[in-house]
Amino acid sequence: MKIHVTDQAGVEHELEGLEGWRVMEVIRDWGLNIKAECGGACSCATCHVYVAPEWFDKVGARSDDEEDLLDTVGDVKPTSRLSCQILMSDELDGLKVTLAASAAQ
Amino acid sequence: MSGNEIVTDVVVIGGGPVGLFSVFELGLLDLKCHVIDILDRPGGQCAELYPEKPIYDIPGFPVVTGQELTDNLLKQIAPFNAEFHYNRMVNSVEKQADGTFRLVTDADETFIAKVVVIAAGGGSFQPKRPPVEGIEAFEGKSVYYAVRKMDDFRDQDVVIVGGGDSALDWTLNLQPIARSLTLVHRRDAFKAAPASVNRMKELVMEGKINFLLGQVSKLDGENGQINHVHLTMDAGDLSIPATRLLPFFGLTMKLGPVADWGLDLNDNLIVVDTEKFETSVPGIFAIGDINHYPGKLKLILSGFHEAALMAQAAKKIVSPDERVIFQYTTSSTKLQKKLGVA
Ligand SMILES: Cc1cc2nc3c(=O)[nH]c(=O)nc-3n(C[C@H](O)[C@H](O)[C@H](O)COP(=O)(O)OP(=O)(O)OC[C@H]3O[C@@H](n4cnc5c(N)ncnc54)[C@H](O)[C@@H]3O)c2cc1C
Ligand code: FES
Repeated sequence: MKIHVTDQAGVEHELEGLEGWRVMEVIRDWGLNIKAECGGACSCATCHVYVAPEWFDKVGARSDDEEDLLDTVGDVKPTSRLSCQILMSDELDGLKVTLAASAAQ
Repeated sequence: MSGNEIVTDVVVIGGGPVGLFSVFELGLLDLKCHVIDILDRPGGQCAELYPEKPIYDIPGFPVVTGQELTDNLLKQIAPFNAEFHYNRMVNSVEKQADGTFRLVTDADETFIAKVVVIAAGGGSFQPKRPPVEGIEAFEGKSVYYAVRKMDDFRDQDVVIVGGGDSALDWTLNLQPIARSLTLVHRRDAFKAAPASVNRMKELVMEGKINFLLGQVSKLDGENGQINHVHLTMDAGDLSIPATRLLPFFGLTMKLGPVADWGLDLNDNLIVVDTEKFETSVPGIFAIGDINHYPGKLKLILSGFHEAALMAQAAKKIVSPDERVIFQYTTSSTKLQKKLGVA
């Protein structure tokens, strides 16, 4: 299964996603510029991505915790998500996301 | 130069779990510690990033939260009366001709220590900078991440950004002295004390402050002085006059000054040996998340183990002529006396 990630410089990368991994883990494993300071504990907001509009409904809804955490970044858009809160699954094969500036190391 | 100089056996840089436990291991060997942390409380990542989240891999605790672990560590080290210095960052560490170390903090204090223990974890906590182009040029002159002097905001057009307690508290505190005050938050829900939120809403009703739903997108100004803040809002973009901006987006970890202390580094981590956890400078040790050696695991458990071995080596530096006998806390009355239980 694939995910398509556009980095902060606008370069698109096609990454191999693994079932059960978090999208953040896939992006980090690939070495793209994602800080992911808390390692996926929904505590830091440094894994902020914009989900492509056509995928936004498929990745599920933000939790209250995630919503609170998004308050701590200055570049939230309607399609903002914390990539550590999105679990890879067959339904997300082909998912497109863009790394937010606030996710950079 | 400051007039404030503190002389001690050991300075521990960082009051995270590993720094705290090192006070225990050093205390058992009669070494007196001062602990310095840039945060206003102990616990490091445990207290700052996940105080209420459960940890499952601390030996003997099937489950313990970040804050409980911190509280327990403080209880455990209480007999050793370490002195804590919060809200200060250690800026420099230098070896002096007599072999001792001189540390200077950003509060301009000096510490003289025989041993330095760097337990700086993921680095120093620093305010999150909003992703606004060119904001650095205004920092410290008209854009601040904390209020150090209220007077800097007197008769100013203040814009505060955020929805947490800091944003709300400073909105309430600065409103009476600011010429105008605008609170900006991306949504109409706040993660702050309900009483502060209610008071803020009252002030809005009374016309004493403005509240806008949006995000800061751009700053105008020159020579470090802002004059307008641009906001992106659902209703369209808006530019408001402002002479002070206070973004409150919480904290993030940066390596900080540790990088400049002349120690051997590996990818921003301090290289140590695995016998003593000593750095490339004898007398300076690095334990916990900040260090690097083959096989390193960034776990609290590993940091505790490193603290125990470090303390043995530190003792030899502070008291080179004293013979240290290895003892268990369960059976040594000497150790139990130090802990105040025998
Ligand atoms: C969400 C999350 C969950 C985690 N879960 C677990 C888990 O289940 N089990 C586990 O073992 N580990 C876990 N960890 C990792 C664990 O928190 C770290 O291993 C641990 O905190 C490291 O402790 P430390 O004392 O080395 O550093 P830290 O906790 O990072 O503390 C370092 C302290 O040093 C201070 N400091 C740094 N530089 C300076 C300076 N120049 N001057 C003054 N002060 C300075 C900092 O402000 C900070 O308070 C987790 C981490 C996170 C973020
Ligand atoms: S990695 Fe910290 S919130 Fe996602």
